[in-house]
Amino acid sequence: MTEAAVETGRYTHPVTVTVNGAARSVEIETRLLLVHFLRETLGLTGTHVGCDTTSCGACTVLLDGTPVKSCTMFAVQADGREVTTVEGLAPAGGLSPVQEGFHEEHGLQCGFCTPGMMLTATALLAENPDPSEEEIRWALSGQICRCTGYQNIVKAVQYAAAKGKEG
Amino acid sequence: MYPARFEYHAPGSVEEALEILERYGDEAKVLAGGQSLIPLMKLRFAAPQALVDINRIQGLDTISEDNGFLSIGALVRHSACERSEALRGRFGVLGDAAPQISDPIVRNRGTVVGSLTHADPQGDWGSALMAAGARLEVVSSSGTRTIPLDELFQGPFTTSLQPNEIATAVQVPDPGTRAGGTYLKLERKVGDFATVGVAIHLSLDNGRVGSAGIALTGVGPKNLRATAAEEALAGAELNDDTFKAAADAAAQDAQPRSDHRGSADYKRSVVRVFMERGLRKAAETASA
Repeated sequence: MTEAAVETGRYTHPVTVTVNGAARSVEIETRLLLVHFLRETLGLTGTHVGCDTTSCGACTVLLDGTPVKSCTMFAVQADGREVTTVEGLAPAGGLSPVQEGFHEEHGLQCGFCTPGMMLTATALLAENPDPSEEEIRWALSGQICRCTGYQNIVKAVQYAAAKGKEG
Repeated sequence: MYPARFEYHAPGSVEEALEILERYGDEAKVLAGGQSLIPLMKLRFAAPQALVDINRIQGLDTISEDNGFLSIGALVRHSACERSEALRGRFGVLGDAAPQISDPIVRNRGTVVGSLTHADPQGDWGSALMAAGARLEVVSSSGTRTIPLDELFQGPFTTSLQPNEIATAVQVPDPGTRAGGTYLKLERKVGDFATVGVAIHLSLDNGRVGSAGIALTGVGPKNLRATAAEEALAGAELNDDTFKAAADAAAQDAQPRSDHRGSADYKRSVVRVFMERGLRKAAETASA
């Protein structure tokens, strides 16, 4: 049994999480949620806290490339793993195809849900580069947008898919 | 929302996890996908002294067929079931339930076995797996035992699992090649609990129904086995009269209550419609 596993009365834990390509080693409270680790410990406030009850998906980030709701995961669980936030989407000096799609197709109004939407869209296109409209809507169905009626979000993802085919 | 503080352990083996659980008595909780446990901790409905995170244990994330059972390991996520070829056809009740659990992002984290041990009376997996005749594989320091799902669910959020035990897999008996099933769910929106869910699992025997597993979600205080419907189907001919009789029986088995999702009469009616629709699909798959 490892040293950490037998120790009791301890409420912190050292973690090393690779966030947007950079390894970050910090001693954190075990109860710290991943979303607060990103926003408060690392200062990456692009990840939003919406409902805080696993419903709205505003806090969605990628864990080893897979979308997860970061309000419903402890940061300590991300030890040794890779997290991508909206701050990690853009290549140097430009926008990713998904970001460009949201810009060109007016895929946002207030922007609150946008980081989560873009991360899920990025993961969808990595797995399925040419999704149907239904597949896009299905993939985004765990996230809530209160402004756009989803129409332009779907168009934004379609734009990014088309852009990907060109490239 | 912040949960109460807790000690965190991430053991590398089931044996190590069991040792830690033994030490805490009933003060520790096992953490798998966390999609039910973490919300409960944030609301402080649960405040365990320690969490035993089993996510780093190798070998619990597989779906396999062995010794007459399909086995779904404790770390198999809903999304893996959604994609699994093994859960189509004769295990269609499971494959059809998977994409209807919560929402796509929650499905990337949440686990089947975790859903069962959480024992939400409105849970979809409880009905789907009960219809399939599943049992939970459970280990403790004194060995391995299995618990049929009908005996696992003691009441809302209460199971017969002991604090020193870990559920390592759910096992579904091989229904034979002439089998099929489906799970039909009415939900108001993605992520909502079922207004009504109907789980159907049929095995054929010489062109007639051999055995049938029928379970209902959202129309009782827990996942309900529709025993009258199962009896109406056992040994019956595959035809519309049989399906109609079974649908009527299931509607009687249901114990719906009127609430914001619909009236009791409405829910009973949905059970009937879903039964007829689902039985036709299950019979078609089983006969193919």
